[in-house]
Amino acid sequence: MSVPSPIAMLAELTHRCPLACPYCSNPSELLGRDSELDTETWIDVFQQAAELGVLQLHLSGGEPASRTDIVELMQGAHDAGLYTNLITSGIGLTPRRLDALEAAGMDHIQLSLQGTNAELADWIGGYRGGFDRKMKVATEIRDRGIPLTLNAVMHRHNLDDLERTIELAVEMGARRLEVACVQFHGWATTNRNHLLPTREQTIEAKRVVAEAEQRLRGTLAFDFVPPDYYADFPKSCMGGWGSAGLNVTPNGTVLPCHAAESIPHLTFESVQDRRLAEIWFDSPAFNAYRGTDWLPNPCQSCDRKEIDFGGCRCQALAISGDASAPDPVCGKSPNHGLITKILEQAAKPTDTPMLWRGAVQ
Amino acid sequence: MSLALTDTDRPYLPRGVRMVEDRLRGGKVLLAPEKAIALDMIGEAILSRVDGNAEFGAIIADLATTYDAPEEQISKDVQRFMIGLRARMFLGVHS
Repeated sequence: MSVPSPIAMLAELTHRCPLACPYCSNPSELLGRDSELDTETWIDVFQQAAELGVLQLHLSGGEPASRTDIVELMQGAHDAGLYTNLITSGIGLTPRRLDALEAAGMDHIQLSLQGTNAELADWIGGYRGGFDRKMKVATEIRDRGIPLTLNAVMHRHNLDDLERTIELAVEMGARRLEVACVQFHGWATTNRNHLLPTREQTIEAKRVVAEAEQRLRGTLAFDFVPPDYYADFPKSCMGGWGSAGLNVTPNGTVLPCHAAESIPHLTFESVQDRRLAEIWFDSPAFNAYRGTDWLPNPCQSCDRKEIDFGGCRCQALAISGDASAPDPVCGKSPNHGLITKILEQAAKPTDTPMLWRGAVQ
Repeated sequence: MSLALTDTDRPYLPRGVRMVEDRLRGGKVLLAPEKAIALDMIGEAILSRVDGNAEFGAIIADLATTYDAPEEQISKDVQRFMIGLRARMFLGVHS
């Protein structure tokens, strides 16, 4: 099997973040500032990524603006010839910093949205005043004409505001809206009974997105990540393990996806020890679920095996206890009944309080 | 809204969208927010004529001459290609 080069790299520059969203995609074991790669190492990794064939670089976190060297990192990424995307809550992006990032070659901003009003957004983000600051940053971004995607993370508590979310994206001058229903890994799994949308919300969200997509053609493009526990087929995670993208954590650990460290039997290598290309092509972790040869049945005989590659490995492990099992979201999975149980459980009132993500220094 | 271009529309690549050489894989790739699209020769031929000044009609005429193909066919293909890009907000139009 010939291994293609990756197209995109997610650089999690830091786990530090002023927000504490209860669905944070960072792992439950957060890394502190002391273990973060320094400026020089990151820039070297960006150059290695470009040589390896990466075209798109997503500078993320945590909050990437928590790095005092974010402008230098942006410049380094731009100089490496990468298309640069800043994935941010907006907190920490002063007008001066935005100017500097623009001058350093920032191509695009993806701004997260926790809710459509201060009360809801600040409750979810666990940060008072966050919504108002974000709205100010959104105005600064629009006034500068920086290409903007609004990333609205949706769940039970804000999915009913979807219409307003879409309006807000248009008002902000965003070209694209990601209606990203929470994916249940790490922190989100802990809070699943609070966050899982209802079936009615899921059906309504699909209708609203389909209607708005038609109405706003030429004004706003949509990317819709529906709540996958209600789907008939699993998502093609990362377009296939070790196939199109990779993720580098704050300390330089290289992962096939942001949640991969939840698979305990895999050992992930670091850019501090090995070249990025060697890790991509040769490391056992990247080769573990690459392609389709490893697929179990019923995936092996399924006509969708080249479409979804058996779905998400982390989800297979988290729900069925086996990372090499079919994604239990799939209706053909022998473990699909576990998904039905989770949905039933989440429909009942829960006694456990919601857990916000912890802070990290 | 209809995203079809008229003959005098002048398409352009908006800020944040650009066509570059793919050094590793060869050929040209269109880079846009969170998306990279490998271009075939036709896509490259179309986009290399998109500069914000050239009118849609002139682009069609140029392609028809260069590739010795009927304008009607070229127009249909280019229209489809550009409508797809406009729907993703990867192409702007001065009218």
